[in-house]
Amino acid sequence: MVATPPELSVTRRKARTGERLIVNALFTCAVLSIAVTVGIIAVLLFDAVEFFRESSFFDFLTGTVWAPGQGAGVGGRYGVLPLLNGTLLIGLGSLVVGLPLGVLTAIYLSEYASNRIRGVLKPTLEILAGIPTVVVGFFALQFITPSLLRPIFGEERVFIFNAAAGSIAVGLMILPIIASISEDAMRAVPSSLREAAFGLGSTKRQVSVRVVVPAALSGIAASVILGLSRAVGETMAVTIAAGNSPKMTLNFFESIQTLTASIAQTVRGEAAAGTVRYNSLFALGMALFLITLGMNLLSARIVRRFRQVYS
Amino acid sequence: MSSLSTEVFAPSMLRRGATRTAGTIAADLVFSALLFVGTLVGVIALATLIWSIFDAGWARLAADPIAFLTGFVSRFPARAGIKVPLVGSAYLMVLTALFSFPIGVGAAIYLEEFAPRNRVTNFVEANIANLAGVPSVVYGLLGLGIFARFLRMGPSLLAGALTLAVMSLPVIIVAARESIRAVPESIRLGAYALGATKWQTVRRQVLPAALPGTLTGTILALSRAIGETAPLLVIGLPIVIFSLPNDLRDPVSALPLLIFDWTSRAQAAYAEAAAAASIVLLALLLAMNAVAIFLRSRYTIRW
Repeated sequence: MVATPPELSVTRRKARTGERLIVNALFTCAVLSIAVTVGIIAVLLFDAVEFFRESSFFDFLTGTVWAPGQGAGVGGRYGVLPLLNGTLLIGLGSLVVGLPLGVLTAIYLSEYASNRIRGVLKPTLEILAGIPTVVVGFFALQFITPSLLRPIFGEERVFIFNAAAGSIAVGLMILPIIASISEDAMRAVPSSLREAAFGLGSTKRQVSVRVVVPAALSGIAASVILGLSRAVGETMAVTIAAGNSPKMTLNFFESIQTLTASIAQTVRGEAAAGTVRYNSLFALGMALFLITLGMNLLSARIVRRFRQVYS
Repeated sequence: MSSLSTEVFAPSMLRRGATRTAGTIAADLVFSALLFVGTLVGVIALATLIWSIFDAGWARLAADPIAFLTGFVSRFPARAGIKVPLVGSAYLMVLTALFSFPIGVGAAIYLEEFAPRNRVTNFVEANIANLAGVPSVVYGLLGLGIFARFLRMGPSLLAGALTLAVMSLPVIIVAARESIRAVPESIRLGAYALGATKWQTVRRQVLPAALPGTLTGTILALSRAIGETAPLLVIGLPIVIFSLPNDLRDPVSALPLLIFDWTSRAQAAYAEAAAAASIVLLALLLAMNAVAIFLRSRYTIRW
């Protein structure tokens, strides 16, 4: 992509054989990434097909009960809707936390903060983004539920494992993602737009709300979708804090189970290879892969469109 | 006209902005307060998280740090140590780096320096971007299906490291590409003018200049990998083992797995032990981040 050597010399030698070998090796490295994708799809498809041979595809998509069989040869019921319900609750709940905080942080960082404050805040957000999910889960279970949710909403209403704690935990995890991508989008807004608004007598708030945010809206939307995709794929915090009871509910104070938590629970139970329950892992993995892939593609498409505006 | 003239001749009003009403000023104040509070919530959450972990685990860790760091996992949480999973995490990290760094940098060099602008290249690039967004638990399923089962590695050190390496690969490629791209074109043209071949230019000029940024990105990717639980859980790495691996095919445990196991047990002593182990993990990650930030600020060349 960067410049090739200038073609100006008559004595320029042809690329050496050794050099060609090296380029081939580098090419192999790059193509290996395609092998990874192929591997993911093949693995998921292979065992998901096994799963749907024994358990109906229609029941999987429309069933409202997820009750895997315990032993070999035991049927069980495999309806994915309760798990989607749990994932949806965590997705929405984490957006309630992460979206406003993330966007406010982004506006603050991009429009208001001095360089010194930025220099402190950005690494702080990076640290927050880097905390292992299992530690955030521990925090949710040991602090958010007993010391925050239960005192406010009451012991008897809030279960020990609940979707709200999981949502807050995941919301804190996606906050840095939303904040940093939104901030990038806001900083990409040309300063001439801001100056024009200031010249017309706008205050800083009016410039931020009426010029910068609308101009960066597609970038903000992309960051939110990406954050949502992370929330859907998050495993440990929801397994630890939100519980393992697949159910159809909209009550954030109840114990639920997400797609990812169900995978974690199944592998912990050491389901023997080849059983329906084991194969169900890959059907769930496929659902998860497709949902997150769809959101990531959507986010990338929005970003591409947004880039065309100012460059 | 009269109102205009008062505004023009009242410098104090001009300074505050002549068109601002009291409502605008109030709204401005409320808005900046909202931004400040909104930003502060994230910082407070982080501080609370770290405080609560220390509050729960510091006593357990400080009582006898040596015993905790070098002891073995035990049925009695008050006596348990984290030696095997801690060293296991270190093994996993070194192997993950060995697998993912050369391939990631190789792919980045190809894409930045050699790749022709065609559909294959576009596809590879889109593919890498998508891989970066695949949930870690799905990488675990990949590791379970391919490494552990199909290639018969079982829940071993090798399978764990390969899984983490595959997961880290897209992040490393993106970081390496960015630092290669930051090397100015004049450096390459200068090398060509001196008669260097394309590979000589890349090997002796571009790569050394891009190394600090690449290393920083790699360390950050590794620190993420080492904090991961889900992929290791899915490929079936054991939590309670009493010996370190002697061989790539031996089972290995990892610190996040142990924290997860202890977190999901009811007794308070386990929660204390989980918090103490979390402090160790956080310290490890913070140290890695500090190294990355140091490399970035000390060795990055500003062109």
